[in-house]
Amino acid sequence: MLNFIARRLLSGLITIWFIATATFFAMHAVPGDPLTQEKAMSPAVRMQLEARYGLDKPLFEQYRLFMSNMIHGDFGISFTQENRHVNDIIREHFPISATLGIAAVLIALVGGVAAGSVAAYCRNRWPDRLVMIAVIASISVPGFVIAGLAQLVIVAMNNAADKTLLPVAGWGSVNQIWVPALVLGLGTMAYLSRIMRASMLEVLSADYNIAAKAKGVHGWRLFWHHQLRNAVLPVVTELGPTIAAITTGGFVVELIFAIPGLGRYFVQAVQQLDYTVIMGTTVFYGAFLVLVVVLVDISYGLIDPRIRLHRGRS
Amino acid sequence: MAISVFRFAPKTWGAADDVEAVAPIPLPSMASPTVILSALMVVFLLLFVSIGPLVWRQSPSQQWLSQISDGASSAYSVRIVSDNGSWRPSAKSDAPLGLKVHAANTEYVRLHWPTLAGIERYRIYRADANKPGLGLAIGETADNYYQDRLQLSRELYRYSIADAETGLLLLSKEVRPEAAMSEFEAQLQGLIPVTNNKTRWVDIPAHPLGTDALGRDILARLMAGGRTSLFVGVVAPLLYISFGCIFGAIAGLMGGWVDQLAMRFVDFVVALPFLLFMILFRVAFGIGPGENGIMPLIVAMLMLSWPGSARLIRGQVLALRSQPFVEASRIAGVGTHRIILRHMLPNVLPMILVAFSFAIPQAIFTEAFLSFIGMGVSPPTTSWGALCNDGIKTLLSHPRQLLLPALFISLSVLAFNILGDALRDATDRRSGVVRA
Repeated sequence: MLNFIARRLLSGLITIWFIATATFFAMHAVPGDPLTQEKAMSPAVRMQLEARYGLDKPLFEQYRLFMSNMIHGDFGISFTQENRHVNDIIREHFPISATLGIAAVLIALVGGVAAGSVAAYCRNRWPDRLVMIAVIASISVPGFVIAGLAQLVIVAMNNAADKTLLPVAGWGSVNQIWVPALVLGLGTMAYLSRIMRASMLEVLSADYNIAAKAKGVHGWRLFWHHQLRNAVLPVVTELGPTIAAITTGGFVVELIFAIPGLGRYFVQAVQQLDYTVIMGTTVFYGAFLVLVVVLVDISYGLIDPRIRLHRGRS
Repeated sequence: MAISVFRFAPKTWGAADDVEAVAPIPLPSMASPTVILSALMVVFLLLFVSIGPLVWRQSPSQQWLSQISDGASSAYSVRIVSDNGSWRPSAKSDAPLGLKVHAANTEYVRLHWPTLAGIERYRIYRADANKPGLGLAIGETADNYYQDRLQLSRELYRYSIADAETGLLLLSKEVRPEAAMSEFEAQLQGLIPVTNNKTRWVDIPAHPLGTDALGRDILARLMAGGRTSLFVGVVAPLLYISFGCIFGAIAGLMGGWVDQLAMRFVDFVVALPFLLFMILFRVAFGIGPGENGIMPLIVAMLMLSWPGSARLIRGQVLALRSQPFVEASRIAGVGTHRIILRHMLPNVLPMILVAFSFAIPQAIFTEAFLSFIGMGVSPPTTSWGALCNDGIKTLLSHPRQLLLPALFISLSVLAFNILGDALRDATDRRSGVVRA
């Protein structure tokens, strides 16, 4: 087991290094350089700025500096907001994104498992049909449209009630979390409920399920102990990619609902070509996602020993 | 007697010997109504973007400044009026009997009334004729005429003249302005020649789906946007799946350390967070002035999306390599090229097709997402995602501008997904896998 964890962590570290390298060289492939602005700059000022951001050094020296700074956890200074450290930006904005993301993952997980189980229990009857139609709808409608529609609905609701039942956008109160989180989690919920339905159908026709029933287990005990625990495994594997999808999908929801999260900040940084912020957030996000995937893998190994053995051999 | 290695079915004596024949797998129908419907939808979408612009000849970038964010409208003619600022009635038309309308069009409404004794200043009100009340006080004057140039549209108005001091209502009249456009504006929009101009009427074409916030025809923009969306949606998967297949096939066929190395690389590329790196690469490959941003988008997708199909094909090739029929043909002395072309390719082709049909909606989504956050195609090129980006700004007042392109994205994604599902079911039947 320790061997398994160590191997997963090591490959995670190499992946983070790969992400950082790819980010660095992608940013340096950008035509022009970050200091080119509309206003002409005197050579002296330019040299000063280049020295400040380390742009006057050769490429590999820059790469070495970037890497060593990153290992020390320093992502540098923002280009557009001078004197603001990227670390501070991440520290300030990431908790907001994380809160939204956790809420969305929880909603997607609970909703997906529940909807998938209901659909499997009522196979080919109307609840199944309903769930499948909802799944197809939320898979084929882009997230930003769902977000826009959700805002329309909130506005219509508030107008009808003639007071603010739910705030349309913004961040700060508990009421402002639910709608964006639901919108953010909807696509994933649909995906998870599809997986859950398939695996629950398999479990329902499995021998151990029939044996448990024959033993006289019924009701919630049958569901929790014999069906859900087995059926939920494929959903757990999907959890890593799911968290990745939700954190990166957060950009749009944060933009539309005016939530001051890291995703919105990243999009702004890209639009303003704020190189250090882009590199910092990309590496941070990448490392975060890799970590999540590794953790999910390890937890999956803990839940289901077959995986550990299987992967160990390959 | 055929011995099946696949299942340990209890032998029922007297029944058919062939176990495979006992449970025929039901044919997943390629011809179910949903599949036919989505195939028709795909055909419609393709015709819409290819033949559409030939039939509907409006330019997607032509701005109709008099029709900003309008609903569906039919074609009508517009009078060109010369626009020379202030106006006063000529001396000989003085002293009308009641409230007289000299001209009524959407550029100006000119009112003229008799001078009434004892009133120093007049106040002019304008109201929607269908609503009671005086409406908006639009101006005050000491003269007995007034020109209204305030945001007129082709609706029925009621003008009322009142005494400014006592508020006493003096005169009232209902007026419907006709469509008009000032000479300057028409020249600006290129509807009439700047010099030697004799045109007095200009035809405004119909806008079946209305106009957007800049007065551009939405139908024409949907067609132009669809071209970009479907082009990216088809070409990007075509490229990255081809690349992935070649990469995977080489890894699978070479085996050994080449395979190991290639697959490690694939692992790393898979680990890159997709959307982050999409945005990053899109910026990195940049766009110079005058470029439309489609190429960087496709290149970025190519660089990030190929590993999926590479893994798929490598797995298939590895499995096929040890298949008895491949080994048999190798023993029989068939060359490598022939084995690849005659035995391997036909076996992996259905999988490639399925992967391709699922990649199309994915690519359409990615393009829409990137264009939506402003990282996709750059204006004046447009796409359905970029149209959504324009539309969400006017969501609360004109939801149509978001919903129409969104509908097209959803329909195309849905149609391609259903086709992909049907294709997968049809090819699965061959390999004998039954899905829940």
